[in-house]
Amino acid sequence: MKSKSPPANNISERTYRTKNYIIASGYISDLPVAATNYYYIPEFMTPSRSWQSFLEETGVLLRFTGRFFSQCFRPRYEIAEFLRQCFIIGYRSLPLIGLTAFIMGLVLTMQLRPSLIDYGVESQLPAMVGIAIVREIGPVIVALIFAGKIGSSIGAELGSMKVTEQIDAMEVSGTNPFKYLVVTRVLASTVMLPVLVMLGDAISLYGSFLGVNIRGTTSFDLFWNQVLGNLSFGDVIPAFVKSFFFGFAVGLIGCYRGYYSTKGTEGVGRSANSAVVISSVLIFLIDLVAVQITDILGLN
Amino acid sequence: MLQTINNTRNSPLPDEDNEIIAVEHLYKSFGSNKVLIDFSMLLHKEENIVVLGKSGSGKSVLIKCIIGLVKPDSGTIRVLGQNIPELSMEELDKIRVRIGFLFQSNALYDSMSVRQNLEFPLRRHSIRLRQDEVDTLVMNALEDVGLQHTIDMMPAELSGGMRKRIALARTLILKPDIILYDEPTTGLDPITAKEIIELMIRIQKKYRSASIIISHDMNCVKMASDKVLMLIEGKCYALGTMEELQRSADPKVKKFFE
Ligand SMILES: Nc1ncnc2c1ncn2[C@@H]1O[C@H](COP(=O)(O)OP(=O)(O)OP(=O)(O)O)[C@@H](O)[C@H]1O
Ligand SMILES: [Mg+2]
Repeated sequence: MKSKSPPANNISERTYRTKNYIIASGYISDLPVAATNYYYIPEFMTPSRSWQSFLEETGVLLRFTGRFFSQCFRPRYEIAEFLRQCFIIGYRSLPLIGLTAFIMGLVLTMQLRPSLIDYGVESQLPAMVGIAIVREIGPVIVALIFAGKIGSSIGAELGSMKVTEQIDAMEVSGTNPFKYLVVTRVLASTVMLPVLVMLGDAISLYGSFLGVNIRGTTSFDLFWNQVLGNLSFGDVIPAFVKSFFFGFAVGLIGCYRGYYSTKGTEGVGRSANSAVVISSVLIFLIDLVAVQITDILGLN
Repeated sequence: MLQTINNTRNSPLPDEDNEIIAVEHLYKSFGSNKVLIDFSMLLHKEENIVVLGKSGSGKSVLIKCIIGLVKPDSGTIRVLGQNIPELSMEELDKIRVRIGFLFQSNALYDSMSVRQNLEFPLRRHSIRLRQDEVDTLVMNALEDVGLQHTIDMMPAELSGGMRKRIALARTLILKPDIILYDEPTTGLDPITAKEIIELMIRIQKKYRSASIIISHDMNCVKMASDKVLMLIEGKCYALGTMEELQRSADPKVKKFFE
């Protein structure tokens, strides 16, 4: 019964029908299976899917994670490829993340102002926005955009390498493809996301400064004094720490979906798509766990 | 007729020094799909064996087992005296330096230029080469396939036939002792196909390598094969020179030469 090919594929190959949908491998579509556009819904969210397949997939993912850690600390270390990935993953996402972060800071400030005026605490606007951005909105929004851009591109890249035998070709060329492709990408996104979050936070506070100054005036110094004066150790560190986990989740899921991509070009699209969906859900789950932990540690 | 062919296979040549690849009682299945069933074959020094078989008969799986990309369910595969399924990663890498593998889908790295594609095996295998040595090897390999001008292009910019030739150049760049070709001439025009076959023969003479060639191309069979192996129903169904097999009365063998 148990075959040697990755169980993820076995899950994917099951096809069955419900009333209006054709569900193939957790991909719900109201089109025939052969049609192109699949909307990926994780196994555990599809109606009447058994818990068994969810647990199966989780098991495979856990084994993949274990393999990551066991390969991560063993030579040979792919330093050059790791740095190249840091550049691709970090630097190239910066414009997109900068733009969205700036707009987010601006809009958030403008949206908050009326409520604060109602309560007569308009002067607290920079402090409120600063805390909201640094603690929650910055890390989560940046991570979600990161998942959309990097998670999907890793999923698609590894997926297409898999189906065109490039991964096999690396293996016969004296390269451990898991180390060369997976370990470097997971590490690079783990390291780069916190950096992007910090930059994103800063950029979005500039956006917020602009928002404050659209109505009323606050000097640049006063704005930053208010923001930084109201931030504490307990605001910054947990947010910083959790963005490592966000980055790890995005890199790992992207690689996992790509590496176990099913044969065929269609599988590549699915890998990219599912990488984004799963890592976005994981980001919120990690966020939920993180807030519990900071609560228990009394960092609030 | 066929019986005699099979008999020679069942009693392998006694001189073990001559033997480059020896596959014995190889079994491989994917789930319930039994692909290789008790497959055995021998490849000797400087010998070219062309493998014929229907699509899906397991030809690619066979050579992937030989290079250790696919783990067989059981059986031994001795390559240059070592049993592939039992080797560790490091030992496998050492053997793979001496094996060239041409993938059916070419498997060129999309994100790398032609130059980087050819440099990849040179840099990744644990062999020490200076930059100028790498450059000459790359240039020579490209000259062999007549594509020097593509050196800085990306694979996506090349035609299908050019990609196949670059893949071939990458396969041959380490001057391997054993070359496994998976459909080297598929998708090429007859003239380029002939050039490729001539190149394969020239390389083989030059480096005195042995090769397994998977091909549907009768020209290739005629020109390159010392022996032809028929992979039917997961077994080495028949083995012999092309003339021998053409004269065979077995209907399954006959079909290939119609
Ligand atoms: N990774 C795999 N997982 C599951 N089944 C596989 C896998 N690789 C090959 N197979 C199956 O093994 C059988 C043989 O495949 P193989 O690729 O060796 O055929 P082939 O003889 O090379 O055919 P072709 O001439 O079309 O290339 C096919 O039925 C295929 O479905
Ligand atoms: Mg094949």
